[in-house]
Amino acid sequence: MPAVKAIKGIGHRTVNAVWRIGVAARFFLLTLTHSGSGFRRFHLIIKELFSTGVMSLIIIIVAGLFVGMVLGLQGYETLKRYGSESALGSMVALSLVRELGPVVAALLFASRAGSAMTAEIGLMKATEQISAMEMMAVNPIARIVAPRFWAGVISMPLLAALFSAVGVFGGYFVGVVQIGVDEGSFWSQMQSAVDFREDILNGVIKSFAFGIVVTVIALFEGYDAPPTAEGVSGATTRTVVTSSLAILMLDFILTAIMFRGN
Amino acid sequence: MPSPALVEIRDLNFTYDRRPVLQGINMVFPKGKLVAIMGLSGCGKTTLLRHIGGALKPAKGYVKVDGQVVHELDRDNLYAMRRKMGMLFQFGALFTDMSVYDNVAFQMREHTGLPEAIIHDLVLMKLHAVGLRGTHHLMPSELSGGMARRVALARTVALDPMLIMYDEPFAGLDPISLTVVGDLIRRLNDALGATSIIVTHDVQESLKIVDYVYFMANGVIEAEGTPDEIRASDKEFVHQFVHGEMDGPVPFHYPGGDYRQDLNLRGGHHAGS
Repeated sequence: MPAVKAIKGIGHRTVNAVWRIGVAARFFLLTLTHSGSGFRRFHLIIKELFSTGVMSLIIIIVAGLFVGMVLGLQGYETLKRYGSESALGSMVALSLVRELGPVVAALLFASRAGSAMTAEIGLMKATEQISAMEMMAVNPIARIVAPRFWAGVISMPLLAALFSAVGVFGGYFVGVVQIGVDEGSFWSQMQSAVDFREDILNGVIKSFAFGIVVTVIALFEGYDAPPTAEGVSGATTRTVVTSSLAILMLDFILTAIMFRGN
Repeated sequence: MPSPALVEIRDLNFTYDRRPVLQGINMVFPKGKLVAIMGLSGCGKTTLLRHIGGALKPAKGYVKVDGQVVHELDRDNLYAMRRKMGMLFQFGALFTDMSVYDNVAFQMREHTGLPEAIIHDLVLMKLHAVGLRGTHHLMPSELSGGMARRVALARTVALDPMLIMYDEPFAGLDPISLTVVGDLIRRLNDALGATSIIVTHDVQESLKIVDYVYFMANGVIEAEGTPDEIRASDKEFVHQFVHGEMDGPVPFHYPGGDYRQDLNLRGGHHAGS
């Protein structure tokens, strides 16, 4: 019967999904427990910081600049209706440090660095490099996964901060330089409106959480990828899709917790 | 007096997805010898090698290496055991993000506290032994298939292992590289005083260099003996395999349904006509 078959299919997929979440959680715990030896090989973390963090700088800076410029334009048009153009600086800064900085930077990080991590580890698996490492009595979680994990977790807040900073300059360029909003009120309103703990620190906490989620998803998908071309491409796609959805869902949860009652 | 066994396999059984892959395998690999395990693709050769390396656990029976039952070892002891083993993977499995030099130095840096100056000399000596000292600055992507296999061989013997395992070392090599790699396997085994196990289906090259051969088919040992005994064997399977004949106990066709029925024929005529 088609109905029974459909229910069976749903049940099967649900069990698989729960099973996979369990395996991913175990993978995350293993990564944490092997991080000690990862930190002893600190040069590996530095190397990964370069490939995940430094190599993502261009996309983060360019995207931050354009997002800030769009905010400047849109914000000015909206604020002008209420005669509050001088509040443009605070609007741009709050939008960036609270939401857009952590979220958009994390989405870009997932697409650029996360997909690269998955593809690299998936290919290492397909070409038996991970098996070779195990046969050489070197734990791949400690040698391959842990350094990449910490590099991702360290990079993400820094990239989000950079995104917000460049975005503020983008807003300044459009609002002050191009449109002619008063420079003094742009910066002073921003300074008085942005609270370090409520806005900046919460934004940093968000980007730190996104860094953990994106990096764990990317590493797990790569490590768990079937060792075929199709398997690696599927895992890379799953990394981008799952990470993006996880970022947006986590953002809602964190925002609800952080700004409740404000 | 025969050499004592370094690796001993007794009544080894392994099942994958309810399908028996290995059934009651008994093998002995004496110290200092070069032994080949031959058979068709999918007959369980690589699975056997993975049992020796401790990557798989048997359903029944055991593999003993240097007197220790491999599947009973905990992770630390298994890793300690693996430090005394070397394995050459089918296509080398070189680390693609490291240079040739760093690939060979990898285990020395991970497992020994040797100063970099000594590691430098050891790496160059290992590369010299496989004839590729001049490639130490290259990346794996800049090597040919045969060269990559030789670099992987240098990496495999980096810590002078007591047991060296080769998974299809001749696959995809040109005739010159094939002879070079075969010769290196023999010479390295003798120079290091190691024991080597070669999993392969390249009969002619293997019979030139090995001391003993096990033939496997469908998860069981079909035949065994010295290269001369194998060449002279009158067993149908061995004869077909050694001489690469199409006719014999190994069928050309994968089992399928009735051919006429698949073509929709009835009494010599197409059912639709």
